[in-house]
Amino acid sequence: MDLLITGVGGQGVVLASDIIGETALAAGFDVKKTDTLGMAQRGGSVVSHVRLAEKVNSPLIKEGTADLLLAFEKLEAARWSHYLAPGAIVIINDYEQPPLSVGLGQVKYPSNDDIAAALKRRTDKIYFIDGNRKVKALGNVRTLNIFMLGCFSVFAPLDIAVWQESISRRMADNIREINLKAFAAGRKEIEGVRIG
Amino acid sequence: MNTPKTLQLLSGNEALALGAYHAGIQLAAAYPGTPSTEIMENLSRFKDIYAEWSTNEKVAMEVGMGAAYTGVRAMVSMKHVGLNVASDPFMAASMTGIIGGLVVVCADDPQIHSSQNEQDNRHYARLAKVPMLEPGDSQDVYDLMGYAFDISEEFDTPVLFRTTTRIAHSKSVVDAKGVRTVKNASPAFHFNVQKYVMLPVNALPRHAFIEKRLLRLKEYAETFPMNKIIRNGRKLGIVTSGVAYQYAREVFPKASFLKLGMTWPLPEKMIKEFAASVDRLIVIEELDPFLQDNIKSMGIPVTGKEFIPLVGELNTRIVTESGIGAGLLPETEKPDILSPADGLPRRPPLLCPGCPHTGIYFTLNTLGQRNKLLEAKGPAEPKLIITGDIGCYTLGAYPPLNVLDTTACMGAGIGQAMGMEKAGVKSKVVAVIGDSTFMHSGITGLVDAVYNDGHFTILILDNHTTAMTGHQEHPGTGISAQGEPTNAVDIESLCRGIGVKDLKVVNAFDVKALRDALRDSLAQPVLSVIIVRGACAMQVKKRANPRKVDAEKCVQCGYCLKLGCGAIQTVDGKVFIEPSLCAGDACGICQQLCPQKAIGI
Repeated sequence: MDLLITGVGGQGVVLASDIIGETALAAGFDVKKTDTLGMAQRGGSVVSHVRLAEKVNSPLIKEGTADLLLAFEKLEAARWSHYLAPGAIVIINDYEQPPLSVGLGQVKYPSNDDIAAALKRRTDKIYFIDGNRKVKALGNVRTLNIFMLGCFSVFAPLDIAVWQESISRRMADNIREINLKAFAAGRKEIEGVRIG
Repeated sequence: MNTPKTLQLLSGNEALALGAYHAGIQLAAAYPGTPSTEIMENLSRFKDIYAEWSTNEKVAMEVGMGAAYTGVRAMVSMKHVGLNVASDPFMAASMTGIIGGLVVVCADDPQIHSSQNEQDNRHYARLAKVPMLEPGDSQDVYDLMGYAFDISEEFDTPVLFRTTTRIAHSKSVVDAKGVRTVKNASPAFHFNVQKYVMLPVNALPRHAFIEKRLLRLKEYAETFPMNKIIRNGRKLGIVTSGVAYQYAREVFPKASFLKLGMTWPLPEKMIKEFAASVDRLIVIEELDPFLQDNIKSMGIPVTGKEFIPLVGELNTRIVTESGIGAGLLPETEKPDILSPADGLPRRPPLLCPGCPHTGIYFTLNTLGQRNKLLEAKGPAEPKLIITGDIGCYTLGAYPPLNVLDTTACMGAGIGQAMGMEKAGVKSKVVAVIGDSTFMHSGITGLVDAVYNDGHFTILILDNHTTAMTGHQEHPGTGISAQGEPTNAVDIESLCRGIGVKDLKVVNAFDVKALRDALRDSLAQPVLSVIIVRGACAMQVKKRANPRKVDAEKCVQCGYCLKLGCGAIQTVDGKVFIEPSLCAGDACGICQQLCPQKAIGI
């Protein structure tokens, strides 16, 4: 399974992809993952490639072959749409973080229709979820990445118990509980969501 | 499926640190630089070794040499351009040799993810006549580290260990079976003038030794266990190394492979036998035709760079398309690929909200009227020439600040400013450098400017950390790489000691003071240094009272937007400050600038 995770610096993309990798390894898969960031700076575009299979060679996913795209930010979902395999699953957090050029009023942030159009070139299996609002209601906006992992876990060939163990291992005592809650909420979210 | 408990998912840099630790290193020295930084960050956690951030890569290399001369195993790590800085002692280490193992890790950056250039450091191994190892994933990294130190000691040579961004920053599964063994717990230096004192009379015999050493290494390479042949069909044979092996393996599953773990010197017999066993021989490698040219010079017909790009990182798509172009794959293999969606706003990295560089950059921009430069049709002379340097603050080159005219390499800005001034430019010249970069190689430039009577202004942007690479300590911070309190070099006293007469220290968040200091220094016909001091926004925990825009007072003049602050946005044509991004009391620069006094708590 080839999975692309995209977002903006500071959203926890890299930690999320680490946890997926560790969960897959614990479940007996060969794993390779690589994070392609720009300069080591917040606010830039971030993408993580995660590959799990019996044997993985290249750490980079080939364009046009990703089975699933997990996007923490809307614009970043559209940016990587050319990586999708036909019929791939897309899970998008309905959250907008405007780049500086948008904030300065020089260019427009794409509409939801623009974003969907970019993705629909390849697939109709698009899940729009309202992650930021949901994790805010849970009490900690910083659990968004684990909430997104919960959404992804519905489609991943990995046991719940193994997920919970690898999330627990990565979290300090004081935030373990809230993150496990966010994970469960993410799983539940997918079941109640329309395919957009 | 069952997974043995020893398996871990490690990045190349994590595997490298663990491999070196298990190989028994007792000293490690580095200067941070993407993609090599995490090697030292991981090593510094082992409290039973000595680990330091050195002032620069040259010093790190010298520290490593000194340790190796006493018989302990030592490692020096840096990014590719760091080896340019360290090349002088690196070449010297090849001459003298070592006693304890000395491994020099150099992380190249194909595709220039975070660097000023793209260079293939495999040439350094050939230049220095030292062995070079190249891993293809994290398991290779871990395994090769053990060999690296053994080879270094057996052949009395430093070993170049070359990774790339894709190896350093990818995670893959590692079975780290080794346990730490320290070979030489009681270091001692033994007087040996012929080996260590490179006077001509001693250096010439050492050169002869190096040539013999290279021949012995060539023999060793023939049976080196990490040079592996993977036999499949005989139609196509591929020689490859590093991450290129992974791409090639995926694209050509039916080919036979010679995967080289040691890429200098090359195992000539092994390559000849492999070439003879296949109908067609190709090389798949990133950047320069290093393997290809050297194989060609053995008289073996081989191709590679005729169809594999010379520029940038490879990936499976590029290798596939190159393979089709070379007639090695049928057209039907052509991947069905969409072009990226067009018209999407770019998201370049930018200075953080609350960054201490914003205020001084805004001041430089306005004093120098730099936005006029962008409107000029042809090349235009800036009112203020601003020579830049390497660090977060290089991002000030982007709009809307546009405050840098040059960026070359660590420490270059001060010398460039000196050169321009002495060449006789009419404009005023300002050099901008960060605190860590100043320690790295700005000091020597400053010494030159004092000694040769430079008449320009140097801004030392002191945020008390090495921010670009992730907040590493440096000689100015008073904390060691291993987290212990230590002596701090005081930039102010240092500048005075060197002989700077006009020295000012200004609060980075006081716009008026910044403007006054800059105006004053530019008016002085002497060398001026202004230390602009303010904490890195990412290290400021307390971010109380985010600023708000008073909609009644705001006339939408857009002046605050010229700061390029990510927290200040326009929503439906109205200026708005995003409270979750604003640094609040820690900054307040927009509040000081607003002509209508419309920004407050």
